[in-house]
Amino acid sequence: MAILTKEQAQAILKKALGFSKADECEITLSGNEGGNIRYARNEVSTSGAEENVSMAVESRFGKRSGVATINEFDDKSLEKVIRRSEEIAKLAPESPEYVELLGPQKYITTKANFDSTAKIDPAYRAEAAAKSIKAASDKGLTAAGFLEHYTRFTAKMNNKGLFAYHPSTDIDFSVTMRTEDGTGSGYVTQDFSDASKLDTGKASQIAAEKAANSRNAKALEPGKYTVILEPAASIDLLRNMFFNMDQRNAEEGRSFLSKPGGKTKVGEKLVDERITVYSDPTNPEVPTAPFAGDGRPQEKVTWIDKGVVKNLYNTRYWASNKGSASIPPPGNVIMEGGSQSLEDMIKSTKRGILVTRLWYIRAVDPQTLLYTGLTRDGTFYIENGKIMYPVKNFRFNESPVIMLNNLEALGKPQRINGSLVPPMKVRDFTFTSLSDAV
Amino acid sequence: MKRRNFLELSALGFGGLMLPSIPVFGDIISPERALETVDTALKKRLADVALNTAKSKGANYADVRIGRYLQQYIFTREKQVQNIVNAESFGVGVRVLANGTWGFAATSDVSDKGVAKAAEQAVAIAKANSKLQKEPVQLAPVKGFGEVSWKTPIEKNAFEVPVGEKADLLLAANAAAMDNGANFVNSALFQVNEQKYFASTEGSYIDQDVHRIWPNFTVTAVDKASGKFKTREALSAPMGMGYEYMIPKASEKIKGPEGTGLNGYRYAYDMLEDAALAAKQAKEKLTAKSVMAGKYDLVLDPNHLGLTIHESVGHPLELDRVLGYEANYAGTSFATLDKWKSKSFKYGSDKVNIFADKTQKGSLGYVGWDDEGVKTKKWDLIKDGVLVNYQAIRDQAHIINEPESHGCCYADSWSSVQFQRMPNVSLAPGKEKMDVDKLISGVDKGIYIAGRGSYSIDQQRYNFQFGGTTFHEIKNGKIVGMLEDVAYQSNTQEFWNSCAGSCDESDYRLFGSFFDGKGQPSQISAVSHGSAHTRFNGVNVINTARKI
Repeated sequence: MAILTKEQAQAILKKALGFSKADECEITLSGNEGGNIRYARNEVSTSGAEENVSMAVESRFGKRSGVATINEFDDKSLEKVIRRSEEIAKLAPESPEYVELLGPQKYITTKANFDSTAKIDPAYRAEAAAKSIKAASDKGLTAAGFLEHYTRFTAKMNNKGLFAYHPSTDIDFSVTMRTEDGTGSGYVTQDFSDASKLDTGKASQIAAEKAANSRNAKALEPGKYTVILEPAASIDLLRNMFFNMDQRNAEEGRSFLSKPGGKTKVGEKLVDERITVYSDPTNPEVPTAPFAGDGRPQEKVTWIDKGVVKNLYNTRYWASNKGSASIPPPGNVIMEGGSQSLEDMIKSTKRGILVTRLWYIRAVDPQTLLYTGLTRDGTFYIENGKIMYPVKNFRFNESPVIMLNNLEALGKPQRINGSLVPPMKVRDFTFTSLSDAV
Repeated sequence: MKRRNFLELSALGFGGLMLPSIPVFGDIISPERALETVDTALKKRLADVALNTAKSKGANYADVRIGRYLQQYIFTREKQVQNIVNAESFGVGVRVLANGTWGFAATSDVSDKGVAKAAEQAVAIAKANSKLQKEPVQLAPVKGFGEVSWKTPIEKNAFEVPVGEKADLLLAANAAAMDNGANFVNSALFQVNEQKYFASTEGSYIDQDVHRIWPNFTVTAVDKASGKFKTREALSAPMGMGYEYMIPKASEKIKGPEGTGLNGYRYAYDMLEDAALAAKQAKEKLTAKSVMAGKYDLVLDPNHLGLTIHESVGHPLELDRVLGYEANYAGTSFATLDKWKSKSFKYGSDKVNIFADKTQKGSLGYVGWDDEGVKTKKWDLIKDGVLVNYQAIRDQAHIINEPESHGCCYADSWSSVQFQRMPNVSLAPGKEKMDVDKLISGVDKGIYIAGRGSYSIDQQRYNFQFGGTTFHEIKNGKIVGMLEDVAYQSNTQEFWNSCAGSCDESDYRLFGSFFDGKGQPSQISAVSHGSAHTRFNGVNVINTARKI
């Protein structure tokens, strides 16, 4: 059994800590149980299950620190892993960035584990894949998809009195469907903490429809276009921005948030005033752990408020060194949106392009946060409020900072990759070349 | 990303290092423990337990991989060691064919009971999945090799070098960069040792000891007054070598183009020299001329061209991609079977000869046998510009009428199922005597590009955009200074057809990808790409400067 209850985890951690002879000792115990199924060419190709529990011990003597891990939990093994971490610590150089371990912390409660996900068995996985394959074969399409699910727990204890425990579940599904002639392709991806919200058959219909409708795409000239980005398209660009809001990099002058003279853009308007971004571990759609990897409490933090940069995250060392508030990196990202559906947004578009997915996104210039990548699996031309025809895929070169300044409209936020993001309409999105890829 | 017992090192604050997420599998161990080995006789006995159990439960074919995977990663920034990771992962994976269908199971319980249970599970999974199978798996024949062994021909095992000595080398490289004007430097040394024992019902018992190493750094220069910052990456290559790669040798340095100060490194790297130059170049980049967009002739350094080969030739010629098995993630391929069958598909110009080779000295993909017991070899992919072959494993060979597998099956761990992975894919050097200065002397308006940069390509491998780490302007046959904001965009077939020729064999060297990702759940693999400096005519260059 890889998933321990709070009491079971606490008992093991206490026992292990009892063997410690170091000045400071912090132990993390974590486990996961999960499974996956993969299919292609309308057949299951691989499937598997896995489980694992492991313990990582950090021991410290003064400013020297050592880490050791183990996956056996009898008394002898616990003592062995503690001793090994102590031996490594004694050999390590002193860390100039040493900060004392945290003492007892108060954490808010989050509900991130669901029985519906924890009880998934091989039969569920086979059925989920079969429903998706059926959605493809019914329409003469070919499906390639992947489903994986996990139940996890993390527990943490140290000799300064800190204790933390958090159980969670998640399920991720994605499928790409292609037409027999290879001229059309459609995609859908969904993820949830609660598996009862996932219907792979229904989700697969979206991919099937996009595939069938994207046959024989027309070529448009590359250039600047108004685009409607579905959350699956914008998420990677947005994550690349929000997860780059590191205080140290900004203050060291090597971030898009750096300013001449060693200053940062905190307090300045960076993007359109309709953009507000925060993280919140208690959000029921995207629940996350109430503590960060180093034990700091995770609470609601606003990163961008009405277009203005509010907070940057940091390490405990950098916060104490700079006298800043200590803010851990976010566990999720929640971007406020509006009430419009994707359909409403299409209806209000005179001329534009609907983008299902962006692919192979790579940083081009970290100074401006310029990224390149391509559209994929469902790109359509919109005119006078209607989808007119599929278009060939484009390569883009664009910065999420510029994109969020050229904002036209925001729709209703949806969960995507553990975050909440609205579909968005953006003008002057830069497509630099055409791709023949389907 | 596999969530099995790994540490996401990218989350530990190595933001300056331009790397994908770095997976670490297994348990953290002491450096000394990495030098212990597992007895071969014991492995053979356990392998026989797995094979006999699988056969008795109804498998027609079975293979077993007993693997011990060691990783040691050292990370530093400026004057301090940030992290040292020593990890070991040990276990057994059993793959079987029953009712014409694959089944796989793995366990960390390396006992008779543990491996027998895994073999039983693998057969049960194969039988369950066979109900959904349309056509039975066909395996290309392979010889049984009996009890054999192979080892990467290393001179000095990197795991035997004290951690302190290795950390000191990184810190010395950091100091060289700081002394030459860098504001920041992050450096790392990655070392991997795969101790793999493979056995199959075909009669092979193959013991292999595989070593790989990769020193790397990113130097950053900041101009506080303007707020601009620029980075320059190391010009090292990850190699299938031991610690001897870290010891500079004059004979392994290949002088770069006149006017760049650059050196190429063949089978020995000079990290201090490269770090010092990197700092100077990062600073120079702060004031370098911004490129004027347009068509240029490109002269590409092997340490840059390797990634272009990887993305635009290596991946599209993976047969599983061509067939649609990777459609949901990595994608499919423009290089469809009909193009190959035509025997006349011009992938590139007549100068383009690209081969796959799992036996190349010093390369990341060099092994004696692949992960399904096939002896490795060399074969042509593109001959005189024409597409002639793909990369196939035992259950794919019949699709392209090959009598045997190409020997490019790989799994990144005992717990992952092996599948088709890219072999070393390299561009043959030119046959005429040619050095890089002579190659550049023929270019009127061009750009010389070295090192790794931004790279992006579509899911069928037509349209790509690549950057680099240094760019030099070529005017009337000479390098005239550095450029910035350069990226080239092209189409795979158009690009390779614009190939105007390469330098000769004396200029040839390897580039490598240490953490290449493929599959769901994703598996990593390491692969090299050799080439000499090569010229491409009339390539579209864009200017990537923006204001935010």
